[in-house]
Amino acid sequence: MSILSCEHVSVAYDGRTVVQDVSFSVEKGEYLCIVGENGSGKSTLLKSILGLVPVRSGSISLACRDGIGYLPQSTPAQRDFPASVREVVLSGCGQKLFYGKAAKERAAQNMRELHIDTIRKKSYRELSGGQQQRVLLARALCAAEALLLLDEPVTGLDPLVTAEMYETIRDLNRRRGLTVIMVSHDIAAAVRHADKILHLDAGTEFFGTAAAYLQSDVGRRFAKGI
Amino acid sequence: MNLVVQILSYHFAQKALLVGTLTALCSALLGVSLVLKRYSMIGDGLSHVGFGALCVAAALNLAPLKVAVPVVIVSAFLLLRISENSRIKGDAAIALISSTAIAVGLIVSSHVDGINADVSGYMFGSVLSVEDSDVPMSVGLSLAVLVLYVLFYNRIFSVTFDESFSKATGTNTAAYNALIALLTAGTVAVGMKLMGTLLISSLIIFPPLSAMRVCKSFRGVVCTSAVLAVVCFFFGIVGSFAFELPAGASVVAVNAAAFLLFLLAGAIGKKVRGRGA
Repeated sequence: MSILSCEHVSVAYDGRTVVQDVSFSVEKGEYLCIVGENGSGKSTLLKSILGLVPVRSGSISLACRDGIGYLPQSTPAQRDFPASVREVVLSGCGQKLFYGKAAKERAAQNMRELHIDTIRKKSYRELSGGQQQRVLLARALCAAEALLLLDEPVTGLDPLVTAEMYETIRDLNRRRGLTVIMVSHDIAAAVRHADKILHLDAGTEFFGTAAAYLQSDVGRRFAKGI
Repeated sequence: MNLVVQILSYHFAQKALLVGTLTALCSALLGVSLVLKRYSMIGDGLSHVGFGALCVAAALNLAPLKVAVPVVIVSAFLLLRISENSRIKGDAAIALISSTAIAVGLIVSSHVDGINADVSGYMFGSVLSVEDSDVPMSVGLSLAVLVLYVLFYNRIFSVTFDESFSKATGTNTAAYNALIALLTAGTVAVGMKLMGTLLISSLIIFPPLSAMRVCKSFRGVVCTSAVLAVVCFFFGIVGSFAFELPAGASVVAVNAAAFLLFLLAGAIGKKVRGRGA
């Protein structure tokens, strides 16, 4: 069963068409990487899947409107935000005005799983880049029941932390059966970890399995030497 | 201590203290979100629009707050829209609106005789300006701010920390932004007569910024900011009576001193932690 299907989707941002006639679908439990160069419309496509940016034409159908976890690109204002790790993670737990016992337990479990429960009282702004991303991932997991959307989750992280982050995401995909859609410009890692690749350059350059991507023209061009 | 008892025995001082404390408290709470969302200028812009509205109201012989509150609320939505839609030009647009509002206020009042004292009062604030009819309005508004803030605290945190995430997970972020703007507008309009146009925005900005120097959690910042605002306001007013200073300026001076103290404490705290780690 498709958890997400996009048909002939075009999106305009600031009056400019950045995504043109893109069609693809994601099955339950799959791991899809959306790759492409800067300005190829990757993040914009992700935002329109989330309903943050309206589509101009085409249709996006999601099997689950609720239970989507989202890890956005962090903003400069956020990096020195005075909030404890626990406060940030808990804010992923739903729309209710007050968090109940179940929500607190879910937050605690996600913090343990991502190894940030020991720093739960620390301030978000005092953490390293990798720790901050883990906190945001834990928050996304609190909201994610079926689908996890990640927007450049490893930007600015050092190689070791980047590798750890990829492992964690792969693990969540396999063990929890979460469907993962990740936007990335790291094609080498995308091919290594993801089941399927969507290569964008405004329009669809390639959509298919990671293995087929390596055999394709665009894949050969971009994934040289992998 | 005698001074405090003496101040509290004046009816006008009781009113000023009550209205001022409530305004300081509400401004500090709302200020946390405004400062963290980089919307500090909105508070400043609103106070200038309020000045224009008060001048026009005085010239037309209308009740000042009945004109200022709706005008400031409408401008709050306008300013919020400007800030949201064009990040880069937003601050310039707010400056334009601010100076235009002041100009309109001054032009209108200069054409009507006998209100120059009021203009000065609106600009710099006056303890004597708080009227009996202002008290219920101020108390009502402050209660509304407090109740809504506590009720929506978790949502306000979520929207302040990360608007994209909140929106993506189904929060109506536009509604919460509008709520914050609405409450800020009300607080600014009510507090303006006492604190003055030039100084009301400092009530929004100083306490949260001071609290952020030392607090690690959002809840800590909110609580510290609220307590600090009330304490600074009290000492500011007492100081203004003791040394015959303008009330608004005196409160801001105390806030500035507190900010320096917190800045120092934050720097020392960082150094100590750095050594410990």
